[in-house]
Amino acid sequence: MHSSADGPSGVTVTVIVSDASSLALSLTADVLVIGGGMAGAWAAVSAARAGARVILADKGYCGTSGVTAAAGPGHWWVPPHAREQAVAQRVAAGLGLGEAAWMHAIIEETWRSLPTLAGRYAFGIDDEGRTNYRAVRGPEYMRALRAFARDHGVTILDHSPVLELLARSDGSIGGARGLRRQDGDRVYQIAAGATVLAAGGTSFLSHLLGSRTNTGDGYLMAAEAGADLSGMEFTAAYTIAPAHSTMTRSMAYSFATYYDSDGRELDLPFGPQQTMGLAKALQAGPVFCSLHRLPDDIKARLHTISPNVPLVFDRWGIDPFGDRFEVTLHNDGTIRGLGGVRVDDVDGRTAVPGLFVAGDNASREKVAGAISGGGNVNSAWALTSGIRAGQAAAQLARAVGGSAATLTPLGQAGLRPKVRTRALDIDAIRAGVRDEMHPFEKVLFRKESTLAASQRALDGLWREIADHAAGDLLRSRETAALVASARWSVATARQRTESRGLHHRIDHPQLDPQLAVRLLSSGFDRIVVTAEGQRASAASRALEAAS
Amino acid sequence: MIELILADRCTECGACVEVCPTNVIARAVAGPPLLARVEDCQTCFLCELYCRADAIYVAPDCDRRVAITPEQAVASGRLGQYRKHSGWDEWAGQYPNEQWLMETVFRRAGEAARPAEADDKRTT
Repeated sequence: MHSSADGPSGVTVTVIVSDASSLALSLTADVLVIGGGMAGAWAAVSAARAGARVILADKGYCGTSGVTAAAGPGHWWVPPHAREQAVAQRVAAGLGLGEAAWMHAIIEETWRSLPTLAGRYAFGIDDEGRTNYRAVRGPEYMRALRAFARDHGVTILDHSPVLELLARSDGSIGGARGLRRQDGDRVYQIAAGATVLAAGGTSFLSHLLGSRTNTGDGYLMAAEAGADLSGMEFTAAYTIAPAHSTMTRSMAYSFATYYDSDGRELDLPFGPQQTMGLAKALQAGPVFCSLHRLPDDIKARLHTISPNVPLVFDRWGIDPFGDRFEVTLHNDGTIRGLGGVRVDDVDGRTAVPGLFVAGDNASREKVAGAISGGGNVNSAWALTSGIRAGQAAAQLARAVGGSAATLTPLGQAGLRPKVRTRALDIDAIRAGVRDEMHPFEKVLFRKESTLAASQRALDGLWREIADHAAGDLLRSRETAALVASARWSVATARQRTESRGLHHRIDHPQLDPQLAVRLLSSGFDRIVVTAEGQRASAASRALEAAS
Repeated sequence: MIELILADRCTECGACVEVCPTNVIARAVAGPPLLARVEDCQTCFLCELYCRADAIYVAPDCDRRVAITPEQAVASGRLGQYRKHSGWDEWAGQYPNEQWLMETVFRRAGEAARPAEADDKRTT
């Protein structure tokens, strides 16, 4: 049975009846983009501009999904004369894991491409009348990128989470399959010449603003296709928020004063060590905050700088400039951390033919080094990797052509249980992931004994999911991705027996020069961690020797 | 989490159903949309931003439900606050987007903290 096409720009839409006699939607495109946040939207625009027929599938709504939409990203914005110095500083701060050429590439692409959004995004004009491209407001930015994509003929599938990638007989990626949540969970399948994974990172279900749907799906799908991950140990980033809120917008806290529950002021000066100090204070008891030191001109303009920040205070009847309110830290996971799929080029190409990875779905070690790329660097990376991946995917799709191929679904855990389907307490498994990936004593102050215990706990959750989960496919699939991502993170953290950048080991507090190398992780039932550039067996020996 | 869609204000345009990134809101057969999956709400307030009728109230509380009546939400004066201060729709031009000030604030904070570090004590 066939029905008519409804996609713009010549995207073929066919309705077919599957063997299970449920109606499945079958579509074709040159380029499929999975994820409609910042990286995915830029990728879709760029691929379409290169002449490709593009479908973008988002788990939620392209425009509000993801961590950019609810926040206000700055971009790494450096004029040409200042770049050598900026890159040299970042390379040094990155403690051996950054690459100068990659940094230059994202600065240049951002400098060239971000202003092309003018007309759709009203860039700010500063008090001197100059246009400010660097800092943008999330909701307006993502609304503009959606409009930009639509203007370029991109077909957007909202509320259409991808569940798995599809492989051609030669192992290359030929599309994906997912669900249409607002169409009765109808299954859809897209055959595409090339696929860009831009499904975000994961906060392991912390309350980091906008991160609820970022469950590491893109890590799991890439790994199932044969890609490996890099830098998954770098998840010890946290952002402050009023307790019980998601408002992880940190600007005003640069002038914060902190107190313990007895009202004593805490010595927590603004600077790179502040998160560590706050975490220690929070381990000792509740921490309260006052923003009275924020300069008066900024207090007066807070609602026009970050309109969502005052929502929390106003609705709770708190005067943040006079009252003391309780604060907490939400874990940033790989989002303001670093880990993700290893990519070999700024265009996000992976070891898997036909598969490109962009934004937080990719490791950002090469552009950020071993320290958080939160804010500027990660945004410049999302933009650049999106644009370059879109171009490269369009080019590959032209070479592959529209030939029909038999596509094999690659999804395993959460979709196709290895043993037998059994009802699982998915909420308990998700809570189990949080329990291993959020507490300061397990993530920020790591040591072998707690890491080993986390590994055992997560291995148990993995067996449950991999052996038995099915049922609510989206939920069990998300949970499988969360558990898999957590396991790669903990396994890699155990092997990095030193402290470097975001990764702190209280049992190995120093830098180990032998470990100035990116660590790769792969595997499911058995996880293998290797040092980049070394063969697995030799690397394992090297890592054992170092520990 | 989202707590209310005010029936008196809702125009049933469906925008919130479309834009909610976690698919919390469902179309009703008749009347205002339903809060079908509040437990999935990520407290991002974006439904409020897209609601031209200012009919939605999101409580800041992300880990607990809050009891609030439509009358209390109206009386709070907070309905539509996010959309207004963002300068969306009819508020365009009245509330400028000053996001660009963010980097200035961080720079000033760094400058304020530096002498404090040198003195090994806090500025107040």
